[in-house]
Amino acid sequence: MEEYALSVKGDGDVKIALAGRLVIGNVARFMEEMERLFRDRRPTSVTCELADLVYLDSAGALALLRLQDSVKKHDFPLIYENMSREAREIMDLIDRDALVRPPLHDETTDHSFTVRVGETAFNFYHDLIDVLTFLGELLMAVAYCIFHPGAVRWRDVLFYMKKAGAEALPIVGLISLLIGLIMAFMSSLQLKQFGANIFVASLVGIAIVKELGPIMTAIIVSGRSGSAFAAEIATMMVNEEVDALATMGFDPLRFLAIPKVLAAIIVVPVLTLYSMLFGILGGLLVGVIGLDLTFYTYLQETFKPIELFDVASSLVKSVVFAVLIAGIGCQRGFQVRGGAEAVGEATTSAVVAAIFLVIVADSAFAIVLQYIR
Amino acid sequence: MEDQNIISVENLVAGYGDNIILTGVNFQIRRGEIFIILGGSGCGKSTLLKYMIGLYRTTRGRVMINGADIMSVDDKKMKSLRLGFGVLFQSGALIGSMTLAENVALPLSRRRDIPEELRNLIVRMKLGMVDLAGYDNHYPAELSGGMKKRAGLARAMVLDPTILFFDEPTAGLDPVTSTEIYNLIRRINVDLGTTMVIVTHDLDLIMSIGQRAIMLDRAAQGIIAEGTPRMLKENRDNPGVFNFFNRENQGDGHYGA
Repeated sequence: MEEYALSVKGDGDVKIALAGRLVIGNVARFMEEMERLFRDRRPTSVTCELADLVYLDSAGALALLRLQDSVKKHDFPLIYENMSREAREIMDLIDRDALVRPPLHDETTDHSFTVRVGETAFNFYHDLIDVLTFLGELLMAVAYCIFHPGAVRWRDVLFYMKKAGAEALPIVGLISLLIGLIMAFMSSLQLKQFGANIFVASLVGIAIVKELGPIMTAIIVSGRSGSAFAAEIATMMVNEEVDALATMGFDPLRFLAIPKVLAAIIVVPVLTLYSMLFGILGGLLVGVIGLDLTFYTYLQETFKPIELFDVASSLVKSVVFAVLIAGIGCQRGFQVRGGAEAVGEATTSAVVAAIFLVIVADSAFAIVLQYIR
Repeated sequence: MEDQNIISVENLVAGYGDNIILTGVNFQIRRGEIFIILGGSGCGKSTLLKYMIGLYRTTRGRVMINGADIMSVDDKKMKSLRLGFGVLFQSGALIGSMTLAENVALPLSRRRDIPEELRNLIVRMKLGMVDLAGYDNHYPAELSGGMKKRAGLARAMVLDPTILFFDEPTAGLDPVTSTEIYNLIRRINVDLGTTMVIVTHDLDLIMSIGQRAIMLDRAAQGIIAEGTPRMLKENRDNPGVFNFFNRENQGDGHYGA
């Protein structure tokens, strides 16, 4: 049983005998009792006999020390007598200075909303500069590689083409199929009312070829490969592998980022085309099965409004998206300083930033293409 | 006449802004010696090493390697200078996606004039020097900590550099493996005349193979002692230095000088 026992004698010069065990479980009660005692009896001096104190843990020792400090307020001395050797050693362990020393760092105070908005804006701005600088260096390096193909690590390019391209075919195909399907179905609900089911085909076709194909592909590639690139490079940063490459005289950008970006440039347009086909196929399924259109009619109506220019401009868009996705993935990876948490953050940030930049680029394209026509 | 000092650090200021770690660091390293950079945790020794191998740049101070100030050379010159030294990072820093042979061959691949057959032989030879013969096709993840460090050493040595830098080569290793590393370092130094710059706080390493040393201190933001390990061990003027070298187990679980 973890208990202590207090016996009190005298008035004015009060003698207290503390027996038993003073431990973390009963320390609060002990201090309360002693404080009450001091208030009620108003002693002129207190002697505390500790011979029968069988056991004291660090919380108990802390309590005895705190009591001594607190009676200074009441202006009478508190003396401990006959402390056992073990108890004294435990008391000696406590560094009294540490109890009152202020912390080296202030507690993180919650800044006001305005400050936080300002900070975020600043960080966003600096980040934008970093990203633009990196993309600039990347484009220079890509241009260099086009004229010096011998400098490229083609084995790595093939490896990433397989990971980012071939392995993405199932999911890109499935999602494009479903999107085409859903689009056809939803639009038919409206067009049915006007007996205009035939227009489902061209609606799905134009949407998929001009916008949804490139965007859906970009989003999927960014989730699959943008994050993978960021995680791979981030982990290499943490393991000092990037430092090792630098000290061996390699340029980490050329060694690590270029193969990934080149692979993306080759593979994303192909995936986009593939996505367009599957999107149209999804619409086709709805058209033929749900809307009683014939296979031939549906396809004819699909391709009627689509010009080569549309397909070509979408492929150009997809190349730009590829550079953005792979580029941001690598940039986030290279930014990492720290451990596992930083790797996770970089990976998430790569995906989010890539999607954001893809949408911004897409809007820019929409405006430019409008004027080119 | 060749300069006796292969490396010379002059008035180096490490750190930036409010975060200055070292100021006014000055020391020289002689050709062919085993030079130790030591100090307590947080004293800036790994940071100093990063400046010396050109991973961090600064305009405050100079780091002369073989007569060239690496803080102010252009990238191309830096790359050619880098061929002349090798670095062993704390965990070996092997590229995880490559086999041991591919890792060791990396510095070799920077030169275009070496045919593949010769390259393979050189890789085998270096792996043999660090007692890892046969592990050519192993991946770093399949190796123990000590083996990774030895592989990292093979890679650092593959072009027969004149200087080898080590960042805590025996951190986390058991005493037996550590001794193997000391012997390896000493053998390479004796047989090939390579200058060794070792950042460490392993007293056994310092006392057994160190020839000259500097001790850094966080509070002093610089060098507080310089000399042979023996001199530092017997230096009673500076309690920080003395305590570092002379902690002895006094038998009842207490450590003291």
